[in-house]
Amino acid sequence: MPGWIRGSGMIEKKNSMTAVTAQPKVATLIQDELDTPPLTLGQLTWRRFRRHKMALIGGIVLIFLFFYAFGGSLFASEKYANFNDTSISMQQPSVAHPFGTDAIGRDILARTIYGGQISLIIGLFAVMIETFFGILVGALAGYYGGVLDNILMRITEAMLNIPEIFLLIVMAKFFSGKIPDLEITGRTFSGSVVVIVVIIGATSWMYLARIVRAEFLSLKENDFVLAARATGTSNAEIIFRHILPNSFAPIVVTATLGVANAILAEAYISFLGLGVQPPTATWGNMLDGANNYLDTAPWLWFFPALLILLTVLSINFLGDGLRDALDPRSRAS
Amino acid sequence: MTALLEVNGLRTRFHTPEGMVYAVNGISFHVDEGETLAVVGESGCGKSVSMLSVLQLIMVPPGEISGGVALYRGQDLLKKTDNEMEAIRGKEISMIFQDPMTSLNPVLTIGRQIIESLRKHIGMDQKTAEHRAVELLDLVGISDGLRHLDDYPHQFSGGMRQRVMIAMSLACNPSLLIADEPTTALDVTIQAQIVELITKIRQQVGMAVIWITHDLGVVAGIADRVIVMYAGFIVEEAGVDAMYENPRHPYTSALLNALPRVDQRRGERLKSIAGAPPSLLVEPSGCPFVRRCEYAIERCKIENPPLTLVEPAHTIACWVDIRTGVPR
Repeated sequence: MPGWIRGSGMIEKKNSMTAVTAQPKVATLIQDELDTPPLTLGQLTWRRFRRHKMALIGGIVLIFLFFYAFGGSLFASEKYANFNDTSISMQQPSVAHPFGTDAIGRDILARTIYGGQISLIIGLFAVMIETFFGILVGALAGYYGGVLDNILMRITEAMLNIPEIFLLIVMAKFFSGKIPDLEITGRTFSGSVVVIVVIIGATSWMYLARIVRAEFLSLKENDFVLAARATGTSNAEIIFRHILPNSFAPIVVTATLGVANAILAEAYISFLGLGVQPPTATWGNMLDGANNYLDTAPWLWFFPALLILLTVLSINFLGDGLRDALDPRSRAS
Repeated sequence: MTALLEVNGLRTRFHTPEGMVYAVNGISFHVDEGETLAVVGESGCGKSVSMLSVLQLIMVPPGEISGGVALYRGQDLLKKTDNEMEAIRGKEISMIFQDPMTSLNPVLTIGRQIIESLRKHIGMDQKTAEHRAVELLDLVGISDGLRHLDDYPHQFSGGMRQRVMIAMSLACNPSLLIADEPTTALDVTIQAQIVELITKIRQQVGMAVIWITHDLGVVAGIADRVIVMYAGFIVEEAGVDAMYENPRHPYTSALLNALPRVDQRRGERLKSIAGAPPSLLVEPSGCPFVRRCEYAIERCKIENPPLTLVEPAHTIACWVDIRTGVPR
């Protein structure tokens, strides 16, 4: 019996009854658990997460991928990644260029490193925007209900009705080239990175908004919300300090999976040539450069595609593991 | 003595898909400073709803407070805005609830939940508030409070949680505590402890208590005055001794007769009141108790009896004098 249900007299009684009739081994096991101090929620979550082997592997692979993308810049400069020399174009993987070179002679290894940075940054920042809007819309709609709920949910549904890819392409086309390049800590980011982050974020918050709304609809009926109101807590405090932390689990899971979707979406529109513009590399626009050489130079697409696959797969496993670990209904196991 | 809280003609109803639910139908009562008022009645008779209405804690919609005034120290609570009510809830009037297992936020620590209202209402800094929280926990019988501030509700038993709830409600020294069946969800020994605790604290801090319950045993022990509610009406109001020795409303009398007695013969069936309370979906007309009442006369079906003084400080809503069985 886990520590968190120890407070409930009913369950405790039931368990001690089974302890009497069950095998002696089971009885001592329960006794042992009662003697240990109760685990914190974090410990319980970690305990359940650990059981999920694929999620654990996913998490480890992700850590390696982050090291690869962000640690790799210590070994290869961005200048080198964007340096082209047509005399060494289309070279097969070799010692000098372990992943080969592309059509204009850039080193693919270096480009997957810097492309990885951009892809991961796009994934993370797009999800931040997604989470912000998703929580805001969902929380307000779910908590206040009524007219506000109706308006916000109709907007959400309207957004959902437009195919996301279509929205992405139209917005990417509309905004492309309108944002100047950004200069952050001595590095130049193509303005298209910002555009892509914003449009991916702006087209993906609807599912999260619905999830958050559903959570709020059920959580606001809880006695602790009434109790909080009875001690004079304001609506804003109830929304953000009392209810929101209770819906942490589904938000974390959705946001995690959202990172994978954002990376895929970026790859998709970059592959169509509408995303992040060269010379800034992303895994997606590296694929775009490779689609003329699918069979003649497979190293052009193999490495960026492999990295996208690994990242998305790892994030999905991690998300699955988190879902199981954070789901209160699976706590009994 | 002026009343601390005086409620007049309070009506609350709910708009539901099945139709209008008439939950509270024009009730009037008062609480004096430092007094314990018990509100008894069966489930669904409007005890909780009337108290929630007074604090404007009814969800609007579907709820609607359709009439009445609730004067707290001369100010009508029902006319106050949300912001004004926030300053009163928890500071002037606190409320504790039936189920301590669900009334604490599972993801916030005990300390944070107690400190929250101290910081909000009194503007204490974190350090002073923590100190006060430990004092409060000590007051409600949780020793070593400092160690428990960082505990989560799931680490506490039901009785402990109700103590924490009480500590939270007492944080800002309210003048009135509304206890909504605070012992119903607890087992009997813990019930006794909680009753004793609230009684003790009430004497220490001198606050008034409205105790909502359907446990007539608890009422006899703690209350100064008792209100009996039935189907959204107050049917009898009296001092606690008068209520037990000399109930004048048929419902109160039947309720007291239904209590198991120590001197009852073994194997004898407990008395019950035949029938069920009326549907609250029908707009009330006539006496709400008429269909279950053994004293009912023709007039009861047509006209709802108003609360009338029958003895000093003893009012009932009935057309019949149940001692003689004849209409008054």
